Amino acid sequence: MADESINKGRRRFLTASTAVIGGAGLIITAIPFVETWLPSARAESAGAPITVDIGKIESGQRVRYGWRSQPIDIVNRTPKQLEWLAKQDPRLRDPDSKEPQQPKYCQNATRSIKPEWLVFIDICTHLGCVPDYYGDIKPEPFDPDWKGGYYCPCHHSRYDMAARVYKGVPAPLNMVVPPYHFVDDTHIQIGVDPKGAV
Amino acid sequence: MGAVTQWFNDLTQWFNDRAPGLGVAYKKHLSEYYAPKNFNFMYYFGSLALLVLVNQIVTGIFLTMFYTPTASGAFDSVQYIMRDVHWGWLVRYMHETGASMFFIVVYLHMFRGLMYGSYKKPRELVWLLGMLIFLALMAEAFMGYVLPWGNMSFWGAKVIITLFSAVPVVGEQLVTWIMGSFVPSDPTLNRFFALHVVAMPLVLLLLVVLHLGALHEVGSNNPDGVEIKKHKGPDGRPLDGIPFHPYYTVKDLFGVGVFLVICAIVIFFEPTVGGFFLEHDNSIPANDLVTPASIKPVWYFSPFYAILRMIPSKGFGVLALLASIVALFLVPWLDCGKVKSIRYRGLGYKVALTIFAIVFVLLAAIGADLTPGWIVDIFGPNADITSIENLFGRTLVVLYFGYFVFLWAYTFFGWEKTKPVPERVTTHD
Repeated sequence: MADESINKGRRRFLTASTAVIGGAGLIITAIPFVETWLPSARAESAGAPITVDIGKIESGQRVRYGWRSQPIDIVNRTPKQLEWLAKQDPRLRDPDSKEPQQPKYCQNATRSIKPEWLVFIDICTHLGCVPDYYGDIKPEPFDPDWKGGYYCPCHHSRYDMAARVYKGVPAPLNMVVPPYHFVDDTHIQIGVDPKGAV
Repeated sequence: MGAVTQWFNDLTQWFNDRAPGLGVAYKKHLSEYYAPKNFNFMYYFGSLALLVLVNQIVTGIFLTMFYTPTASGAFDSVQYIMRDVHWGWLVRYMHETGASMFFIVVYLHMFRGLMYGSYKKPRELVWLLGMLIFLALMAEAFMGYVLPWGNMSFWGAKVIITLFSAVPVVGEQLVTWIMGSFVPSDPTLNRFFALHVVAMPLVLLLLVVLHLGALHEVGSNNPDGVEIKKHKGPDGRPLDGIPFHPYYTVKDLFGVGVFLVICAIVIFFEPTVGGFFLEHDNSIPANDLVTPASIKPVWYFSPFYAILRMIPSKGFGVLALLASIVALFLVPWLDCGKVKSIRYRGLGYKVALTIFAIVFVLLAAIGADLTPGWIVDIFGPNADITSIENLFGRTLVVLYFGYFVFLWAYTFFGWEKTKPVPERVTTHD
């Protein structure tokens, strides 16, 4: 005949240890299910670098390419547009590009490798819309003192000709400059840093 | 005649012997659920919400039979439903009109709760469960809107998912995790489809059962805001209560009739309601390089979207959006007043609730991008639209949150001058 008395300590230990082991098992089982939502190998591999020809882009013209399903805008800035860049500082949130929204080699006054060539991801840092290019230096309905730049139709965020964000708009940051380098004078490769740059 | 009755009684007995809980549940929730006899017009919307839920499930099941949940096939399969499937257009328009109708009846249902203090003790749990249903419904509607994979679906998805990037530290990874890619694409559409047709409907149904269960424990409130359980007859039934079935089933059926006529008019004559129920930009396939000229959510999200838009900071905008919904959850505890119904509450409450309702509608107009047109009409074509809209919208945001602050201060400091509340409902014999 077995001992009929109840060992409460042993019972509590068994209940607690079963709950802990079972709970741990549940959490571990949940991990693969949570991770199924990460970008798959196919989605990851779709992000290879692209090379584009900029030889035919005229001064003041903007051309858009797609990279990783993101719109990459390349603008051949005019001397007038470049001239206004430096004078916009008081109106900008981050005129010196202190936030890490660009590679180190583009953390300069024009946010570019060569002054006239602006390369950036045209995605508004507010909620991911695609701002429109308003390159002309003339009064616009959204800004009577417009010096050229980008304007987001969704929530009226404004950026200058170096994709730097203005003060007093919903977007918090300058738009992102992707890694890129000049293959030669007329070709840019997007997705790869210049040799030697980090 | 006698034989049929006998057969029916035997059948009932057969069930009662095997599942005695069925009869008990029928009595508890229908034939012997005593509801106050003074329900008015505002009390239609609960049962109508249930009706729309059934409509969404039935039409949704049929849409699933013809829809293809892939980025390359989704848009075409919706056109296929609209043009080639017999009556496909009707099923889709019923689903799409149902979605908007769901929000209309739910907003009116919530407004009813605010009018008559239906969230107050002992019904706080009913209100909380109702708010959870509202949240689940917003998630369900958002994911459903993405499925047709029109350009507004795509950009709506992008904007709303990007809201999560405002989460500190892990924001960006969270966005990629939700999308399953770097932009909304196949994986996003697939998972939204699974959540929209399987997971969220299950959650919604469970919450609806809990909402009704919690309600039937404490009993329904009424336009006088008095507890009918306080005055019971010798038979133990509330003197001012009538059995839900047949009295309110019949009343609600009448409401259903009128409601379905309205729905039919929308479905057959103006299913897009001028771009409010179904937006023009969603008749263009998704294009990840072209943003629609004006990104705006469907009308039922527009008040909350306007709050997001009016705050000139991403982090605080998202916080304000969250707070605007959380504030509603907290209403049972913000309102310290003892009087439930607006009929006997102070003038301040009446004015505040009226302003709150108007502010909600005006915020909806801003979120739906109607205001630039109004501003041009009023101030002429040279008006500074952005500044005027911001001033107007930010005032409304302050008023929206002001309602909750006022509600708390007004009742907490005892500034409210209430009228005497009657002992029993005012229409009793």
